[in-house]
Amino acid sequence: MSQENKSRAMEEFTKGLWKENQIFVTILGMCPSLAVTNSVINGLAMGIATTCVLILSNLLISLCRNIIPNQVRITAFIVIIATLVQVIDFMMAALVPGVHKELGAFIALIVVNCIILGRAESFAAKNPPWLSVLDGAGMGLGFTFALTVIGVIREILGNGSIFNISLFGPKFEPWVIMILPPGGFITLGFLLLGFSWYAQRKINKLQQKEK
Amino acid sequence: MEEDKNTETKPLVQESTGEKEPSSFRLIMTLGVAGFLAGLIMVGTYLYTKPLIEANKAAAIEKAIFKVLPKCTSFKTLELKDEKLSEFDSKNKTAKGEAPKLIYMGFDSSSAMVGFAILGSEIGFADVITILMGYDANKKTIIGYEVLECKETPGLGDKIFKRADFLKNFTSLLTEPEIIFAKHGEKHNPNEVEAITGATISSKAVIRLLNKSMKEWKVPINDFINSTDNKTSEAKK
Repeated sequence: MSQENKSRAMEEFTKGLWKENQIFVTILGMCPSLAVTNSVINGLAMGIATTCVLILSNLLISLCRNIIPNQVRITAFIVIIATLVQVIDFMMAALVPGVHKELGAFIALIVVNCIILGRAESFAAKNPPWLSVLDGAGMGLGFTFALTVIGVIREILGNGSIFNISLFGPKFEPWVIMILPPGGFITLGFLLLGFSWYAQRKINKLQQKEK
Repeated sequence: MEEDKNTETKPLVQESTGEKEPSSFRLIMTLGVAGFLAGLIMVGTYLYTKPLIEANKAAAIEKAIFKVLPKCTSFKTLELKDEKLSEFDSKNKTAKGEAPKLIYMGFDSSSAMVGFAILGSEIGFADVITILMGYDANKKTIIGYEVLECKETPGLGDKIFKRADFLKNFTSLLTEPEIIFAKHGEKHNPNEVEAITGATISSKAVIRLLNKSMKEWKVPINDFINSTDNKTSEAKK
């Protein structure tokens, strides 16, 4: 692998972690990030499950990219992704029933996560398999990071705990709204506000330097 | 930076798609083959995992039986047929389509009856709640409780199996004349269930479920016990 290839690979992997973070920057995949982040462990589990599917789907789609005609690609991608998720669901129920009992409801949700189709369409369909795997891994980890951050905030405020370990003792009155759907919107709203403020400040600084 | 990259990747797309259009036949074939392969893979996985998943479910129920019937060391599966309980023969699966109505009778180490484990389900706040309850037929009380399936709101409804003081309701709960709802901290009678604050709907669903199952099973269980008692007393004579 040449030096140039290495740096390209590194870039494809790291872009999903922060610069093109699917939740905070491109605001994709809102359904799972609002629905399952009411505790840290839920967010983390959903993130990891999605990352696995994303890596596999990117790999498969990248391998098939030259066979599938452009006109029917989206349909074909959806078939591939849905099959993959369904097979993983069956396999988990059969081989790791404990994990499946906890995650069962989330697995089916992954099909409709637009990040998966988004990466398939905008990256895996145009790039070689190994780059696509790196892209999937980076995007997946960035997604996991975002879900975990939302989960931490919602669990601390909504349940007074983190990883189910009580933080404030029995006197703390949890903000029940934070673990309900509105809490997801509120948390995400404030996080996005923070991110845009940070991004704007960076741009302003650059402009000042130019002057 | 990001815009730079977009322009980098664009020519790639045009190279691969800018050529002549593929025939309709090829498009249909591609999707047909993709659908066929997807179906094949999915059905294959389903057939491969089905027995494993069923075994897992049976194992989960078995584990729960020993949990809801304290002191239980072995159990017998009974089937409800024509309002009567009889021993269930798993090999004798003649009636297809309809799932047999099963109940589990537990025995302690001296093979005396401890009670029955009854499976019940009811619509909760989000989805169906499935519960296995331990029932002491002599005392007409519920002595154990285990939630098998529950998709209630995490942090609220899921307290029906996570909160210790709610679970305490079901260590000795009188089922007669009927199980009644009581607000948190206002339980006075042995047939009352102290609800969870903030999860009233789920608590009420649990009570509905218990009453429904009791209504269905109490008479057959009593008949069954009486008939076996008669048999043993006749045998003694």
